[in-house]
Amino acid sequence: MKQVHEVHFITELFGKYDGSSLQSYLEAGGFKPLQQLLAGGSEKILKEIDESGLQGRGGAAYPTGRKLRQFLSEKAPRKFVVCNADEGEPGTFKDRELLRRNIYQVIEGMIITAVCTQAGEGIIYVREEYTNIHDHIEQAIESCYQHNYLGKNILGSGFSFELRLFSGAGSYVCGEGFAMCESMEGKSGRPRTKPPYVKQAGFLNLPTLVINTETLSAIVSIIRHGAHEFRKYGTAESPGTKLISVSGKVERPGVYEIPFGLTINEIVNGLAGGMKNGKKGNFVQIGGASGGILPARLWDTKYTYEDFSRAGMSVGSGAIVVADTETKLLDYLKVVQDFFNHESCGKCTPCREGNRQLRIIFDKIAAGTATAEDFYRMEIVLDVMGSTSLCGSGKTEVVPFNTAIKYFPEEFAVFAEFEKRAVI
Amino acid sequence: MSKELELLTDQVCAGYGYDPVNLLPILQEIQQRSEGNYISEEAARIIARKLNITESRVYDVVTYFSALSAVPRGDVIVQICNSTTCSICDNRELVTWFEDELGVKVGETTPDNKFTLIYTHCIGACDIAPAVRINHDVYGGLTREKVRELVASYRAKEAVK
Repeated sequence: MKQVHEVHFITELFGKYDGSSLQSYLEAGGFKPLQQLLAGGSEKILKEIDESGLQGRGGAAYPTGRKLRQFLSEKAPRKFVVCNADEGEPGTFKDRELLRRNIYQVIEGMIITAVCTQAGEGIIYVREEYTNIHDHIEQAIESCYQHNYLGKNILGSGFSFELRLFSGAGSYVCGEGFAMCESMEGKSGRPRTKPPYVKQAGFLNLPTLVINTETLSAIVSIIRHGAHEFRKYGTAESPGTKLISVSGKVERPGVYEIPFGLTINEIVNGLAGGMKNGKKGNFVQIGGASGGILPARLWDTKYTYEDFSRAGMSVGSGAIVVADTETKLLDYLKVVQDFFNHESCGKCTPCREGNRQLRIIFDKIAAGTATAEDFYRMEIVLDVMGSTSLCGSGKTEVVPFNTAIKYFPEEFAVFAEFEKRAVI
Repeated sequence: MSKELELLTDQVCAGYGYDPVNLLPILQEIQQRSEGNYISEEAARIIARKLNITESRVYDVVTYFSALSAVPRGDVIVQICNSTTCSICDNRELVTWFEDELGVKVGETTPDNKFTLIYTHCIGACDIAPAVRINHDVYGGLTREKVRELVASYRAKEAVK
């Protein structure tokens, strides 16, 4: 295997400055991209983002340039930019590192986005589980206010932007745009029906742009170095770099910035130091609890949007959870199912009732009483959930189960065995 | 008690301009400053009145979010992650260690009302799995001995209060 290294495009300033000091961020070249924007106008910047081919890093992979232009065309007296730092997909912790080690770049990304889309107010929505870094974020916001990077008439540009932190209260679904808006309005985080879309009528029914922490950070780096530098990494369809969170049975779990196109093998056995204690790889789950299960025999699959799409999964949140052969697939799927059973918001019937049915089936599997009929029922439930759930959570929840059935049919053959035994 | 609660609620709600949009931060702050680390039925009723919203909305929000509680809990909440990575990395041992040290099972509160031991979903500490969150701090790479020391240090902090 060729030697693999992580790259430092978005994470360029990690460790290069004291993450909590605005002064040292400035000395490291911070806020130059904003100055560039204020001097040269937003069209030039939007064009740069278009050319970079950057796609939303929260999981939906929508072209960021297009997203910003669409939001720019929404006209209202109040518009909000919300940084989605509600990193709730199990196995994901890369936004945590961006917030901890380079919060000023996240804030700069928000200011740039706000100027480009003519939004006057911003909110960093941080998950409650990250309460231990809330103070750090609020201090950075405060420093930016003190030095007029935030507030009225930023750096004499005539543009004003107010920014604050909002703490979630522990809910996976709140990572979805509408659910996030609901929770910021003092309600339970349940998604709304579309249309209208969040960009048209989100927080307080006003135009709201919900954008991922990593996407915001990437915008700043792209302006700093130019779209062409970003495109030197990755593939034609998946340009640039991606922050991944590698965890589970590897020697060196952690956050790595990779160019798109490395294989899972290169990530697991190269970057992450190989399987822990030299054990045999079993599968990885890609992109969070709602991500696909990829067996070890397919670890030469490339980490790109297009390759994953062909394999029936997606990049998702950038999580890679690595399991060795000591983890039984069905036990693992039960953990995944427990998670969704707990986190389903209960608003739409397919997700709420589907999860209840899946729980019954997985309990039977654990008890050794599942039959072939249960397996067929599981397939029907998954089909209905995936095609009729209200929000992305219910729709994508079926991915781990469907990919597990696709790649590990032998694990499910056991149902037929139960059936035979029952007949005898 | 009722008067104290009324006072606390009014103080917190006033800080947020009595605007129900701020229900989440209001509830989080009142819970943190309340005996039993929860939103009691009485507190929910007062909050609803102050913000001019229904009690059922307050109850809905309190029971929806996992950081809010409608039942009394210990001052120290020990949350053991049971999501994907932590289950792969065998969190069961960690559970036994905490159960032994605290003398309660998962889901229970110690008789002195100091500690509540519960499961949590992913807390974003998968790089140090299996992970545990104690109030706002997160720990990983624990051993039997470290769990003993950790619990002792929280006991000592509670004793000072």
